[in-house]
Amino acid sequence: MATSAPAKSAPAKNAVRARPLSPHLSVWRWHWTMASSILHRATGTANAIGSLLVVGWLLALALGPEAYAAYQSFFGWWPVQIVLFGFTVAIMYHLANGIRHLVWDSGHGFNPKLSDATGLFCMAFGLFGAIAVWVFAGLVPGITLSQFGG
Amino acid sequence: MATSSNSLRTPLGKVRGLGSAKEGAHHFIVQRVTAIALIGLVPWFLVNLLSVARAPFETAQAFVAHPVNAILLLLLAGAAFWHMRLGLQVVVEDYIRKPMTKMALLILIGFVSVAATVAAAFAVLTLAV
Repeated sequence: MATSAPAKSAPAKNAVRARPLSPHLSVWRWHWTMASSILHRATGTANAIGSLLVVGWLLALALGPEAYAAYQSFFGWWPVQIVLFGFTVAIMYHLANGIRHLVWDSGHGFNPKLSDATGLFCMAFGLFGAIAVWVFAGLVPGITLSQFGG
Repeated sequence: MATSSNSLRTPLGKVRGLGSAKEGAHHFIVQRVTAIALIGLVPWFLVNLLSVARAPFETAQAFVAHPVNAILLLLLAGAAFWHMRLGLQVVVEDYIRKPMTKMALLILIGFVSVAATVAAAFAVLTLAV
């Protein structure tokens, strides 16, 4: 393709350049960094919905004891508790993976093996971090950590 | 010129980097700065919320009414909903193709994020002031 006469070459109109492609799901092999990226957006969107529930909690509190009691009883219902635990997992994952993104922004951690490992770590942190937070807050029936003063 | 291309833009115009969007770095930077703020605020709030949420009304009320907690809650609401708006904006821009649907969702996200911030601030100030 290349000629030795640069001045006469046509504009780079027809040149096909090897640009990175988006991860089209149908042709891309599944891998950890892809999963962690998708999870980051999914958990971010989930956190947006979850944060509105927190605003609801604040408003119920501001409205007075009756509204607060109604809110509390609804959120104490076990299916809702499962959803809230899911939100906690989403927050913990997004938190850990957000820090991973900030490290990337500083220019470190791009090695494929390392970024696979940190992605996996963030997923584990999301799940086990959420369990730890719930245990610490005394929300898991039968498990109390009074020695933490909680 | 050696750098000739199909573009009609001057080299100066390219360096300034103001494409049709007129800005770009601001979104990126605010997304990161709010993220850094949330690294501290979110774990603090999560542990306190989960502890206080099952307590009696008066305990929860006293928690929000405490000046330090009230200030941190206002900061949290500001950082979280700003971060939320920027993040959801990117998701919509990436995945929604129809221009009208995209525009409608972006406006909706703007309304919801501002309304959520105002509602949270109203609730906190009602309890704390």
